[in-house]
Amino acid sequence: MPVTVIGGYLGSGKTTLVNHLLRNADGRRLAILVNEFGELPIDADLIEADDGDVISLTGGCVCCSYGNDLMMALMDMAKMEPRPDHIILESSGVALPGAIAGSVSLLNDYSLDGILVLTDAETVQERANDKYMADTILRQLQDANIILLNKIDLISDDKKAALNDWLQEKTQSATIIHTQNSVVPIEIALQSFEHDGGFSADRSTHSTSQFETKFFALNNSIDVKALAEELAEVPEIVRAKGFVQNEDGVLKTLQLVGQRFEITPAPNEVEAGIVVIGMKPLPELKTLAATG
Amino acid sequence: MTTIYSAKKIITMNPARPEATHVAVRDGRILGAGSLAELEGWGDYTLDERFAEKVIMPGLVEGHSHAMEGTLWRYTYVGYFDRMDPNGKVWSGLDGIEGVLDRLREADAAMEDPDAPLPGWSLDPIYFNNERVTREDLDKVSTTRPVGIMHASGHILNVNSKALEMAGLMKTGLNNPGVPLGKDGLPTGELKGPDVMTPVGIHVGFDRDMLACDEQGLVDFAKLCVRSGVTTATDLAARLPDEAVDMMSRVTARENFPTRIVPLRFHHGVTPEELIAHVLELKKKTSDRLRLGMIKVVVDGSIQGFSARMRWPGYYNGAENGLWYISPEHLKQIINSSLENNIHIHTHTNGDEATELVLDCMEEGLLKHPSRDHRFTLQHCQLADTAQFRRMSKLGMCVNLFANHHFYWGDEHYNLTVGPERAERMNACATALENDVPMAIHSDAPITPLGPLFTAWCAVNRLTASGRTQGETEKIDVDEALYAITLGAAYTLKLDGEVGSIETGKRADFAILEDDPESIGGENLKDVRVWGTVQDGRIFPASEL
Ligand SMILES: [Zn+2]
Repeated sequence: MPVTVIGGYLGSGKTTLVNHLLRNADGRRLAILVNEFGELPIDADLIEADDGDVISLTGGCVCCSYGNDLMMALMDMAKMEPRPDHIILESSGVALPGAIAGSVSLLNDYSLDGILVLTDAETVQERANDKYMADTILRQLQDANIILLNKIDLISDDKKAALNDWLQEKTQSATIIHTQNSVVPIEIALQSFEHDGGFSADRSTHSTSQFETKFFALNNSIDVKALAEELAEVPEIVRAKGFVQNEDGVLKTLQLVGQRFEITPAPNEVEAGIVVIGMKPLPELKTLAATG
Repeated sequence: MTTIYSAKKIITMNPARPEATHVAVRDGRILGAGSLAELEGWGDYTLDERFAEKVIMPGLVEGHSHAMEGTLWRYTYVGYFDRMDPNGKVWSGLDGIEGVLDRLREADAAMEDPDAPLPGWSLDPIYFNNERVTREDLDKVSTTRPVGIMHASGHILNVNSKALEMAGLMKTGLNNPGVPLGKDGLPTGELKGPDVMTPVGIHVGFDRDMLACDEQGLVDFAKLCVRSGVTTATDLAARLPDEAVDMMSRVTARENFPTRIVPLRFHHGVTPEELIAHVLELKKKTSDRLRLGMIKVVVDGSIQGFSARMRWPGYYNGAENGLWYISPEHLKQIINSSLENNIHIHTHTNGDEATELVLDCMEEGLLKHPSRDHRFTLQHCQLADTAQFRRMSKLGMCVNLFANHHFYWGDEHYNLTVGPERAERMNACATALENDVPMAIHSDAPITPLGPLFTAWCAVNRLTASGRTQGETEKIDVDEALYAITLGAAYTLKLDGEVGSIETGKRADFAILEDDPESIGGENLKDVRVWGTVQDGRIFPASEL
């Protein structure tokens, strides 16, 4: 079952978005997972029956709360008959959606389609400077595939452009969409972003405090296989991916997960360089440093 | 019906008469402590001399434990340190992976059902030179049944191939930092973090109800309390659905149930409004041995799991800052409503940034809802600095410090998580007392073993497992430590008018000891032998549990 994670701080419009998607489900049977049943997370006219743990909604949709045990709620949901077409997982205001996505990807019944993060155009920059919440807000932005710059009608045009630039700078590669009242086409909100089992899922590493990422620009050629074997022996390294110029001058793609690696021809028009992700503190990687 | 007990020594914790030879008990309460001649004035009595050679202290109070420790003992203990189970058997500590595997094999051999899961607990590889237990190691225990061992910290689970298979994770291509992979591209069997542990944990016996203790678990937890001299213990915290509350009410009401249990309602999974409403309902169900109506709010994660929220400059090894488990808005809302409704809150904060947030929210909340005696308590609060203790004092807050952490993970904190300077100020008992912050100290059982006298030893000596003294200036003396595990902890629960000292009118709750903690020497406090307890005047010898 495909999963879309919806993140964003309190008041950014997550509940409004969920209700908007339900109204425009267009035959899709959506299952909404919320952290808690707040002052109802769902508009009253959409509710058909409420039996405590599960709220039945119009069009065969459902809403459940996961409280402090998301994984259990997902495993329970996998047993649901009939199966929902799409899971929308609303994370709490302080949660890191990338970490949630990383967990979802471990469950065989689910596949991650994407992460959508809502921001309140009026307050997002202020929040991103908050004494306590700043890094949480920025990490949420980094985790996103799509950022909704919501409540856009409440700010001036000048501010819009500046805010857009600022967001662009803060996100990795997310698409930024300007919205009012969280209105966004369902096809866009629930689209599937490519997760090649490779790098995209590493967004989870942005969110876990025990890991760090290092980039090495590799200017000199090197025996790629020997390098891969060397990296595979460093226990702290979790993943590495990049393009390395082999001794024979040919550019190769190197992908390493744990102690396994794969060397394949590099695509055209890429530059040499490698990203290494591992447990903190990463030891000094002398060969890489010397090659760069 | 009055009984007067004689003792070798009675440590009363009542400064007006700190020592006595006799204590008189009627209807489960204390008539008085003093000499026999003084107590005879209460009228007819029976003189009971069974404690004539023992030392009597006020029943010990554990201000931060989890009744789940009782449940865990149904699983196989594989910890590094010797540890006593509810039935009094001491399980020897295991000092290497081979020992762990041997013990699991014994457990395996004793099980009839070849498919039943085999769960173990309290593994701590930092004592095995950080050598990790692998899937292949655990496959040597069994390939037919799922096997899993939980680390002492509770943050990591190691499982065998069968368990991974059952969870559908025995495959290549996994891409999650919490699931390290081996040379063959398959998971090594180590699972880090709750979300990663859950899908496999359910197959090895660590299921959803593990945290909520069951009936047998609660009975076993109470046995551990008797063995460690504890007569009042918190269960911090649980969701407390009606079924659980009914069970706890029924079990604690039994004539032979030896402990006063104080369960706190966990904030997670409900809105602040629902939380307050639930706790107000719970308050009505409170009883003598089950004290309901308090809230626990978890603000951040743990230091050794790198999920605690740290102020600048953050973790010593450069790890990214930890996680918030509640937003400032929700925290403020819970604090404000609780002050308004006279509900008592304990907050879990490990990192100093989390502590700072609670202090800020309290300051704001108290301006709106002045409360003269709220006794909101910062639990763990391991990294607070002196300025923060000064603020706690001004705001009328209490603190319950995690003294045991020093012994078990002090070296790790020194070398890896917070670095030498802050490791020395962790769990700053002396600073708390200097600033007049009412203080308790705790075990967080099952994270570390239940045993307030051991906890007192930790606070007095501040030794780490490797034998270093960490934070000389934060040591407290024996009297202060004994106060912290009796009246100190009782105060944080607003029970100091009922328990925590031996004086007229209070509950007849005693820890019965073979040795005198006041004269045995601070370095030997942990070796004080416990005979059992008296709770509400009922006698519970550990040997007859
Ligand atoms: Zn705890």
